[in-house]
Amino acid sequence: MNVKSAEHDEHAAGFVRRYIFSVDHKVIAKQYMALSAVMALIGGGSSYLIRWQLAWPETSIPGWGPIGPDNYNALITLHGTVMVFFVAMPFLLGGFGNYLIPLMVGADDMAFPRLNAMSFWTLFAASAVLIASFFVPNGPAAAGWTSYVPLSDKAVYTGVTWGQNLWILAVALEFASFLMGGVNFLVTGLNLRARGLTLMRLPMLVWMEMTAAVVFLLSVGPLVAGAIMLLLDRVAGTSFFQPDRGGDPILWEHLFWFFGHPEVYVVALPGFGIILEVIPVFTRKPIFGYSMIVYSTLAAGLLSFIVWAHHMFVSGMDPRLASPFSITTIMISVPFAIIVFAMIASLWKGAINLASPMLFALGGLATFIIGGVTGIFLGSAASDIYMHGTYFVVAHFHYTLFPVLFFGGFAGMYFWFPKMFGRMMNEALGKIHFWVSFIAFNGVFIPLFLVGIGGSPRRIYELSSYEMLKPLQPFHVIATVFAIILLLGQIPFIVNFFYSMVRGPVAEKNPWHANTLEWTVSSPPKHPNFSPPPRVYRDPYEYSVPGAAHDWIAQNELDQQGAQAAGR
Amino acid sequence: MIASLFPQSVSTFGGEIDHVFWMIFYIVGFFFIVAEALLVYFAIRYRRGAQTRAFYNRGNTRREAAWVLVPALIVLCFDLGIDSAGHRAWQLVKGTPPPSQVEVKVTAKQFNWNFTYPDAAGKLDSSNNVTLENELHVPVGKVVRLTLSSEDVIHSFWVPNLRLKQDVVPGRKIIAWFEATKPGRYEIACSELCGFGHYSMRGEVIVHTPDDYGKWRAENLDNKSASN
Repeated sequence: MNVKSAEHDEHAAGFVRRYIFSVDHKVIAKQYMALSAVMALIGGGSSYLIRWQLAWPETSIPGWGPIGPDNYNALITLHGTVMVFFVAMPFLLGGFGNYLIPLMVGADDMAFPRLNAMSFWTLFAASAVLIASFFVPNGPAAAGWTSYVPLSDKAVYTGVTWGQNLWILAVALEFASFLMGGVNFLVTGLNLRARGLTLMRLPMLVWMEMTAAVVFLLSVGPLVAGAIMLLLDRVAGTSFFQPDRGGDPILWEHLFWFFGHPEVYVVALPGFGIILEVIPVFTRKPIFGYSMIVYSTLAAGLLSFIVWAHHMFVSGMDPRLASPFSITTIMISVPFAIIVFAMIASLWKGAINLASPMLFALGGLATFIIGGVTGIFLGSAASDIYMHGTYFVVAHFHYTLFPVLFFGGFAGMYFWFPKMFGRMMNEALGKIHFWVSFIAFNGVFIPLFLVGIGGSPRRIYELSSYEMLKPLQPFHVIATVFAIILLLGQIPFIVNFFYSMVRGPVAEKNPWHANTLEWTVSSPPKHPNFSPPPRVYRDPYEYSVPGAAHDWIAQNELDQQGAQAAGR
Repeated sequence: MIASLFPQSVSTFGGEIDHVFWMIFYIVGFFFIVAEALLVYFAIRYRRGAQTRAFYNRGNTRREAAWVLVPALIVLCFDLGIDSAGHRAWQLVKGTPPPSQVEVKVTAKQFNWNFTYPDAAGKLDSSNNVTLENELHVPVGKVVRLTLSSEDVIHSFWVPNLRLKQDVVPGRKIIAWFEATKPGRYEIACSELCGFGHYSMRGEVIVHTPDDYGKWRAENLDNKSASN
């Protein structure tokens, strides 16, 4: 196919072909990351406004001004939409998936490089549409990132017209983008593997990205249909979701959460993948129970399709459905317990180096445990009667997504930065970044668990409307102070990132003494990645093998055993 | 500390829901403490010294895997325990409601709760019905049956003290019930984003003693429906 000709074009072409409309997976990965960074500024900025409003509702927000309830609803809608669809997915899948899958499987590029570029530019268009929705008359979407109908279905309920239509369009384009990306991940991971790289020798990140891709591909279809139905309701006069004309609001909840729950795993699994890549390198020992983790991941992926109605226990659906969905939901704790226990077991008797990537990986693991266990309170239909729709939910899902997106993402950033940019990052700044973020993150969301236990509904512009919520106000103040610290805590990273990119010590090929194939090529890798194509002789995490000369053996390193297996 | 944050439970089933909460709390609290303690202990205990080499084990023999699989099996057992306790509490609250002694129709609309009481003949759809805005008056110790519907978008009827939450969906009539155990005033919140005024969609449940309720009925319901 035209991979080869595309490569030739690439070399001959100038700046635009090479850096803007490139088909090189490494350039596209960086484009995804840059886009997600820009969107993270919007998502993070919105959290500042939301938090300030909740802590000091009477005051004007410094650097912005006062916000009203309509602005507030738009901000929470924006925050959720941006963070899940335009930061987490582009960063963890688009960024790390694109950069690492071909390098880790020993391929020169994605299976479909042009589709890859198209996937990114579709996401770029989606982001542009979402940002544009802020500047249309009658304001941006304000029906929550879940866009429950009929609130989002009829303009009269929110007063929002084109803002909501553009939101639907942006999200639909985002889905289209990741559908293309998902196909690419899957085909590349399965078909372009180097000789000798069997499935059970794949680095965990590749497993996780592929599982995430499959889960996304199989779950998003119904919501794409739902989005089109919603758009038709709004612009073409249909009534799929309007009860007065025969539609059903609860149908939207089913379509949304049939996708929405698996989506959590689409984001979480790549974050786990990064943590699982970092742990063996910084403990100098193999991942404990590789195959157990693979099977648990697949089991969690499968189970994620039959748990969605736990978001709907009190929605008015048939109450007899609650217990079956409680059972499947709580059952998901088993594969995740296996993965978490295996990660902890991987630390046992290691030679642990608490460098920045490892600190972030362990921070992600430590906080994800809280996200996992608090999920049980919501998965059990009985206690969900109380907790549903409260701040407990807000705290819970931040404790599941933040560990994978933030701690997992930064673990990956500090770990692969030398590969991506050919220079090392500063350790001291990395450690400051970690500790400030770790303390501040817990400082934000532990108080919000307590606000939820106090019974406070979420998405409330001003707590003082309720007598019962007034005593909870101090928790919001604590959360906001830590949220501001958390945002400021990113400055050391930004400084470190740009400074290290130009002034950091030059990185060798394999600065961490890691085994997987991306560390066998130069930093940064040339185009094409591998010449000649690599050959794999062993498992990815063979660290501290007794009797070996070093405490690491690269996957492509030939030894006695490997030579025999290769038939030489 | 955590227990004191919960609003006082004043419904017959509130204790059951709280019981499930605390059961989960102690179970997951145990796993949380063990997992975090091991994580921190290992990270400190096995920090790389001068020239130590890690212990090579892959966790792929049955003996080794048991270190992970047996705890996971224990997790599964606790899961089933939680499922079973949760099912009983859920059935009590959301299963077939007990025979009711007081009926009220609840109509949610942006951004109000309307409570409609039956007329003297017990009918809810006659022209003599009395409708109150944002105030639900009920007697203590009687089963109250609510028929919830919405005129516009999805709202959620949430009374923390009663441990009762139920979405109110346009196009549907959803039944909920409770029996209050203590007279007093308890706030109703909307807990599903319903638009501009969602944050202030506040109501109150006023639980009367039997005597007070009789008086309140005589003054507010019987008079008005008779005079209509």
